[in-house]
Amino acid sequence: MKLFRLIKKKMVSRKFKRRNRSLGGDIALTVILGLFGIFSLFPLLYTVTSAFKPFSEIFIFPPRLTVDNPTTDNFVDLATIIESFAIPFSRYAFNTLFITGIGTFGTVLLGSMAAFPIAKYKFPGSAFMSNLIVYALMFSASVTAIPNYLIMDSLHLIDSYWAVILPAVGGTLGLYLMKNFMVQVPDEMIEAAKIDGATEFQTYWKVVMPLCKPAWITLIIFSFQQMWGTTGGIFIYSEELKPLSYVLSQLVSGGIARTGVASAVSLVMLVVPVGVFVVSQSNVIETMSTSGIKG
Amino acid sequence: MGKQKTVQGNVSPAMDIAVQQKLAQQKKFSSVWKKHKYKYLMIAPFAFIFLVFTFLPVVISIILSFTSFDMVEAPELTGFANYVKLIVYDPIFLTAVKNTLVFAIITGPISYIMCFLFAWVVNDLPRIPRAIMTLVFYAPSISGNAYLVWKLLFSSDTYGWANAWMVKLGLTNEAILWLQTEGYIMPILIVVQLWLSLGISFLTFIAGLQNMDKSLYEAAAVEGIKNRWQELWYITLPSMKPQLMFGAVMQITSSLSVSQLSIDLVGFPSVNYAGHTILTHLHDFGNIRYELGYACTIAVILFFIMMICNVLVQKLLRKLG
Repeated sequence: MKLFRLIKKKMVSRKFKRRNRSLGGDIALTVILGLFGIFSLFPLLYTVTSAFKPFSEIFIFPPRLTVDNPTTDNFVDLATIIESFAIPFSRYAFNTLFITGIGTFGTVLLGSMAAFPIAKYKFPGSAFMSNLIVYALMFSASVTAIPNYLIMDSLHLIDSYWAVILPAVGGTLGLYLMKNFMVQVPDEMIEAAKIDGATEFQTYWKVVMPLCKPAWITLIIFSFQQMWGTTGGIFIYSEELKPLSYVLSQLVSGGIARTGVASAVSLVMLVVPVGVFVVSQSNVIETMSTSGIKG
Repeated sequence: MGKQKTVQGNVSPAMDIAVQQKLAQQKKFSSVWKKHKYKYLMIAPFAFIFLVFTFLPVVISIILSFTSFDMVEAPELTGFANYVKLIVYDPIFLTAVKNTLVFAIITGPISYIMCFLFAWVVNDLPRIPRAIMTLVFYAPSISGNAYLVWKLLFSSDTYGWANAWMVKLGLTNEAILWLQTEGYIMPILIVVQLWLSLGISFLTFIAGLQNMDKSLYEAAAVEGIKNRWQELWYITLPSMKPQLMFGAVMQITSSLSVSQLSIDLVGFPSVNYAGHTILTHLHDFGNIRYELGYACTIAVILFFIMMICNVLVQKLLRKLG
């Protein structure tokens, strides 16, 4: 089929090696990358080493980036505190996983599905929507929180997972991101799909989404990270519905004696988003190289 | 219409025309629906959630900006009073606007260029180094408050790294109050923001570069493009336009809506309002004084500033390539 050939051709074309590279330029760029890399990595390193510092090293003057006698004491303390909770830790973990999972899934799916018609077709209202999604990004969320609360309240959604999930899914960042990648899908492919008898939805799902994989992987990373950090704020007040980051941030505010535990918490909260980042990013690279072999 | 009637001297044809127009309109609606049904249906789920949880709150906020509302009593309509008060009688707001603009004009373009350059260079690396470097550069954005490390660095006692080093090197013999000295506040905020810049735009640029049709480069090499800079200017930038637009909007919104960074690093209120921004001003009225009507006015003004910036930047980007 013509359509499949076109998709394959596009996938394969990602693999070509690039020319026009000089050694001098390579060295200069590597040095710049390296220097900035050290600065960027600094807080990550600090978070990791602090989590393993014994009490005696936490308050050394001046603070050090290295740890002399690494210990897992901080994690043991953290586990003890967690065990003393009235509500089991697994419940908090579930809350966070549910909110993050559904929120990310909804953002990517609904956002990209709405993005496709706006990006690739002209129809009454498409230009208006195009502008609306950009300007919707510019209104301060700290002001809309109150009206949002009132709306949630009248819909009886306060104190439920949906009070956090729905506003996140209703944001236009994901849609705008997807739209800007989808406009690059060649028109000939969409035409070819139409000739093959595909509906708009099938074209979106089978042609456009595979081609825009780097875009929705980026969106998954970003959306996951946003949802993962949510504390529920004023929208969730029941203790058994609170997400992990709320509970752990409460722990951290326990004063100087909790400094060690606090750094263990930071590390724990960091591990999951970093994991998601690494898995998703390597997934992009993986699929591209295999599609090249098939072609 | 009236003239037509008198010329024809008859009412019924005019009515016929009206009926026909209505019918034609209905026909038009149904044909539009028939033709674009799937498109509207695909947009509908998102549109519904968007209208209720994003659009409606914004509309309510804009209406509230014309009222006096303290969240206890019902809002009371005051017309443009909030706007007049904000622009004419609130000198601290003018300081906030000035600080925000200085901050945005410096950090916006620089982080935008940094995002693109780093993405471009990282994308050229072989597979595994590329994945590692992407993570390294994105690291500051991955945990929400990694920038708090800078608080240790600029801590005002001799425990702070900056002070400790300066004492050691003999540059100073007493601790500098980095985060409490008017002259240092804005530069420190700018440096930290630049350090934080490789966020969503950076990831988007990398994704955009990965999505590029590599055969374009092959063709370009044949056509006589000689070095990477020519390649960047004639091929990469023009074919990255949609991602560049996205990045620009992200930079505008993030550089103009700085607040948490300022509150966490230099405190609220900062010394002599040196770190006061439009959004910290909003935070003051919305979350501390509970004058929500006034807070909404600030949000509307910020919204307009962003819209103007957006129009200017889009115009600039269209000239590219």
